[in-house]
Amino acid sequence: MSAMLSRPTAERPAGPTYADHSRPLWRRALVSREFAVIALLAVVFAWSQGNVDNFDGPLTLYYLFLDTAPILLIALPLTMIIITGEIDLSVASVVGLASVAMGVLHQDLGLSIPLAALLAIGLGAVAGAFNGLLVAYVGLPSLAVTIGTLALYRGLAVGLLGTTAVTEFPERWTDLAKARIVDGSPYPVILIPFLVLLVGFVLLLHFSPFGRGVYEIGQNAEAARFTGVNVARTKFWLFVLAGAISAFAGVYYTLRYGSARGDNATGLELQVIAAVLLGGVSIFGGRGALHGVVAGVLLIGVVSSAMRLENHTANVISIVIGVLLVLSVISTRLLAWVSALVSRGPGGRPPLRIGRRRAAVGTNGTSTTGTTTTSTTER
Amino acid sequence: MTTLLVEPSAVSPTRRVLLGALRSREIAVLSVLLALIVLTTVKSPAFVFSGNGWRDLLLTPSILMLLAVGQTVVIVTRNVDLSVGSTLGLSAYLTGRLFADNPGIPIVVVVLAGTAFGAVLGFVNGVLVAWGRVPALVITLGTLYVYRGIFLTWAGSDRVNASDLPAAFLDLGTRSVVGIPVLTIVAVAVLAVVGYYLHTARGGRELYAIGSDPDAATLYGLKVSRRVLGAFVLSGALAGLAGVVYAARYGTVSSNAGLGIELQAVGAAVIGGVAIFGGSGTVWGAAIGAFLLITINRALPIVGIGDFWQRAVVGVLIIGAIVLDRVLAARNERRLVEARDRS
Repeated sequence: MSAMLSRPTAERPAGPTYADHSRPLWRRALVSREFAVIALLAVVFAWSQGNVDNFDGPLTLYYLFLDTAPILLIALPLTMIIITGEIDLSVASVVGLASVAMGVLHQDLGLSIPLAALLAIGLGAVAGAFNGLLVAYVGLPSLAVTIGTLALYRGLAVGLLGTTAVTEFPERWTDLAKARIVDGSPYPVILIPFLVLLVGFVLLLHFSPFGRGVYEIGQNAEAARFTGVNVARTKFWLFVLAGAISAFAGVYYTLRYGSARGDNATGLELQVIAAVLLGGVSIFGGRGALHGVVAGVLLIGVVSSAMRLENHTANVISIVIGVLLVLSVISTRLLAWVSALVSRGPGGRPPLRIGRRRAAVGTNGTSTTGTTTTSTTER
Repeated sequence: MTTLLVEPSAVSPTRRVLLGALRSREIAVLSVLLALIVLTTVKSPAFVFSGNGWRDLLLTPSILMLLAVGQTVVIVTRNVDLSVGSTLGLSAYLTGRLFADNPGIPIVVVVLAGTAFGAVLGFVNGVLVAWGRVPALVITLGTLYVYRGIFLTWAGSDRVNASDLPAAFLDLGTRSVVGIPVLTIVAVAVLAVVGYYLHTARGGRELYAIGSDPDAATLYGLKVSRRVLGAFVLSGALAGLAGVVYAARYGTVSSNAGLGIELQAVGAAVIGGVAIFGGSGTVWGAAIGAFLLITINRALPIVGIGDFWQRAVVGVLIIGAIVLDRVLAARNERRLVEARDRS
């Protein structure tokens, strides 16, 4: 048994090596998509602090967090869903549905706010479970299913309330949604549940067998099944989580604006997906990390609030976000191309064909194998 | 004696055609559509038999039909184009601007300009997807924002009003030839050409091959990148044409023209039996799906269901369509396996 296990190590020099994991930890952490996003966030933030008037004022960060909180919240479960290679387009409709449910329960049935919020979150979980059932157990493509439930949940929300809005919420609760953790600090209270959830999701995705299963499903669902991952159950619970957290974001959204309307948060799903993908999650699944996603959401938030302070309209902001998104996915390809150029060295060796490049890498053992293998698996 | 790889079907040709028609998705969706129209007409005869009702019935779906046809061509290659709504808005605004800034410009020139402009936007999508080798969902989500942003920046708070457009152009939006609105004829003509191309032309069949298995298509020697690029250009051009149609139909173009219509176009294709992972489905189905979606929107209030529930019904339809597809596919697979085991 031990002889069998030791054999691969003996043969290793002859076969292909995995350069990605032979590099030291600091290098793997720093030379990554996630770190690039974090660095970009830091640069944009520092630049805005110095060059944008009023950016360092007390209100900027406060409103930044207040406005991006729903995106931050929904991005957590959506990251995991996208890592499994699925997608959920119905999250914004669940936000609207939960918002309406809360308004109706509070106004027409006279339920207290916490009870109405809990029931709304329960409804969100049920909505997510319906998605999960169709995707995980019936085996339908999630893109098509959630385009359907995007229309269905939004339709239920709009159908329940029509064009009317429920605005009668006790001030105690609407104030809470806008309260700051400490008076005068720029951090709103909503950050507390977000941070709790963030810790939970980091533990779940990066430090638990369940999370390893999530990556494995994204890499190869069939192989994951053979290594004992319950693929269907994992996907099902991820959709339930996405539904429940979207509904929680809906409760927050309702209280923050003091109004429950059917068309609340229309189009939010594309913003969340843009932020998640900007944060380095691969749309094909199997790759991505939560620190990158949080940085991606904040990057969009910082860019838009800085541009708003500079008196740019929402139009220019959406152009910038779109360009960022396109660049972020194209960059993998560009980086692979650049590193292929670099690996040829300053001596200007002739361009190598793929077969020969691999041989060249084997001799000097640089990081090129890492980039080429990732770029091929990504396709 | 040579053995054939595939035995010719033992069923007689007429029976085969008949069975194929019975099982076809297009016929199923069409009968749902006809049933809906009949039901609504029984409830309110004006839905079909008044002059306006008949015209609206045919005219309203034409914009979504154009988009759904373009979307189908893209989805068949296992891609998706989410930027069509923004493209439609941009092209509709361009149409208005051309008329407002160049009085007396021929209508044909404007139609061509709008379509060509859409094609350019589609070309950008196609280059990014085909060259960048990144998923179309991400790229077109990005260009959805970019195109919409360009549209809003260009238009500002300005909007195109009916008074900016020449009467002859607006007349196109309402005129009918032998009882059929001109814009519907345009949409159906496009549908026929694209449908014929996808069904018979080599380029069209290659799109299906690429969608079924991109790697196999590459190994077989098909020019995958070029075909995918072509599909995006076509989708963009049709969205551009839909923008011109939009301007002619509504007369005003404000900043929310085409907002959110991309998901309706995908939904219409899915209802019409286009598989979201490519390789199967027809533009006929997608066009009937578009017709059904729009007609439901208009019929529900007449049948007595509040029009706020429209979207819920649309959602149920989309989910019903894919569940039905799944059930039929599973049954078909079982039958094939049985047939193999018996032989």
